[in-house]
Amino acid sequence: MKIKDLPDDNLFTAGHTACPGCGVAMSIRNAIRILGKDTVVYVPASCAVVFGTTFPFGAWKVPFFHTAFENTGACLTGMKAAFEMKGKKVTAVGFAGDGGTYDIGLQSMSGAAERNDDVLYICLDNEAYMNTGIQRSGGTPFGAWTTTTPVGKKVQGNRRFKKNLADIVAAHEIPYYATLSIGHPLDFIKKVEKAMTFKGFRFLHMFTPCIPGWKMDPAKTVEVTKLAVESGMWTLYEIENGEKKITYKPGKMKRVRDYLMMQGRFRHMSDDDIKTLQMWVCKKWNLHYKEKGAPEVCEIAPPEEHHAVTEEHREMHGP
Amino acid sequence: MKKVITGDHAVAIGAKLSRAEVVPAYPITPQTLIIEHIADFVNDGEMDAKFLTMESEHSVMSAATAASAAGARVFTATSSQGLAFMHEMLYATAPLRLPIVMVNANRTLGGPPGIWCEHNDSMGARDSGWLQVYVEDNQEALDMVIQSYRIAEDKRVLLPVMPCIDGFVLTHTVEPVDVPQQQDVDSFLPPYMPDITLDPAKPALFNTLMLPEYIMELRRQTAGAFESAKKVISEINDEFAKKFGRDYGGMIDTYRMEDAEVALITIGTVTSTSREVVDELRKEGEKVGIVKLRFFRPFPAEDLKRVLSGVGAIGVFDRSISYHGGGHVFNEVCSALYGITKPIINHLAGIGGRDVTKEVIIKMFDLTLKAAKGEKVKEINWHNTRGETV
Repeated sequence: MKIKDLPDDNLFTAGHTACPGCGVAMSIRNAIRILGKDTVVYVPASCAVVFGTTFPFGAWKVPFFHTAFENTGACLTGMKAAFEMKGKKVTAVGFAGDGGTYDIGLQSMSGAAERNDDVLYICLDNEAYMNTGIQRSGGTPFGAWTTTTPVGKKVQGNRRFKKNLADIVAAHEIPYYATLSIGHPLDFIKKVEKAMTFKGFRFLHMFTPCIPGWKMDPAKTVEVTKLAVESGMWTLYEIENGEKKITYKPGKMKRVRDYLMMQGRFRHMSDDDIKTLQMWVCKKWNLHYKEKGAPEVCEIAPPEEHHAVTEEHREMHGP
Repeated sequence: MKKVITGDHAVAIGAKLSRAEVVPAYPITPQTLIIEHIADFVNDGEMDAKFLTMESEHSVMSAATAASAAGARVFTATSSQGLAFMHEMLYATAPLRLPIVMVNANRTLGGPPGIWCEHNDSMGARDSGWLQVYVEDNQEALDMVIQSYRIAEDKRVLLPVMPCIDGFVLTHTVEPVDVPQQQDVDSFLPPYMPDITLDPAKPALFNTLMLPEYIMELRRQTAGAFESAKKVISEINDEFAKKFGRDYGGMIDTYRMEDAEVALITIGTVTSTSREVVDELRKEGEKVGIVKLRFFRPFPAEDLKRVLSGVGAIGVFDRSISYHGGGHVFNEVCSALYGITKPIINHLAGIGGRDVTKEVIIKMFDLTLKAAKGEKVKEINWHNTRGETV
């Protein structure tokens, strides 16, 4: 399917109440256009329940189901079993956030993956608990400010690296895992379409900027996403029946600092912390992109661009 | 056809005869035999159902809820810690009006660990929106699985039902059970035909966020369905009795209550032993009887008022403690009989799986008879227990 061929059937309609520039809303809207109307959607506790379905309004034109936070995998399993008993050809799709997947929903996702139930699990990763007001999750990157990893006098931001969910999911030996970005629509379309061709548990991992959570310009959702990919903070690849394939390789690696400085959640980061994160990104970059025999890539931001955390900064950017 | 089977086996046969289509399961003692038998039925091709081996009870009730919303007849079973683990999901099922049937094998909950019969597990779920029925023997366990689907799927009710069976006393004990014929069950229980499901041909949104200006009406509707259920339970009991020849009385059952001066309210398997005790005490000239509490939700307040109007004192047996003084049944009975000035005496026994012997039940009647004669009797009595409370 080409971009111009994407149906404009409004299966997730305009008029929902997501923030302008919401990466989650963009991902849902485009994914459902590709998935089509023979789809039933499960959404766990998240912004998507609030902005998509606040009674008596609803943005979905496909059946929608919600019950709790930690059970996307199990709910997909249950509804798919019912569809199979009734002989209905329906795609069971879950749209869960990073908290609902990396943390509280990990067990339920793992159960569905291990059983290889014939469902499509989509993780919308905005790197924190945004619906509850920006708290750290297992998907929060190193250094990021959240309300539970505040920039304090003693400790600044999240001290752990983003959890390697991809390897956890892939270890279940499922037919298809892919990472997606709304900044790369052709790659996005191809992967959603491809996921539909497999039978069994399929996992699409979407990178979804959050305007208030990342403290960024709502006009820059796509730009930030692209920069995440160009800097190596987000990598585009797929794992098909155990075979990993890079689907997009950036040219020269952009500095992680450039990505960080577009977002208020990172602007407090010290030179040392940026260096630490850059090292982590370099390791990931080499793991994904380095060809056999090629030299290792590493780019460390120069110290003169150090942004100290000042009172003025706190006032401007929140904590 | 008569078969000598355990309570768990009887329940599994009940689910098969009810043609449950999706069975998500997770093992917990003493429920395990139920899901093992169902797995056998499915793998032997005797039961056309999806048997889902979930990774936790929370996922069991999540899958059950989703499968039910997608239009399937759903059965599952759990116990104790498992019921506690799925507690969150119990609350999602009722407002969605999903007629799931789940058997709970009553077992000790929390600390200290124990696997034997106690009602503290299901009593903790009494306000989660599930109908609850407590049974006396394996026959009633099987029959109530079938009846539960009729009650749950009745358009006047549309609520989940939890038949509760005493752990080990029933689950692992064999009794002769009359297994109904499939064609008889089919004519009693037609296929589940919900009006609204998760169907792309007729898209609907289930369980959207609801603001304060709407949510109260929804709660009121659910509460209303519990009221309607009382009539439906009675109708279905009568219909079942006509068809299968077994009359359980509906919300409650009574034994030798016609001229009784003292009544013992029982729940679960203790009823059987109590029947014998009543017969013996009657021979000695004591006018005693039993009110068997079957449904705990909805609570049969009107029925109790009616059958207890002539007695001088009421004993209430409890196999659970609510840390509010007495047991759960006692508290509900006091609330139902509010304003009636006759002694109500609570008898706590069998907690943690301790045997409730005839001697213990005789003691319950003795104390209640004393109260009826105006003697001073403690309101709450822990029977067959060492030491004093601190």
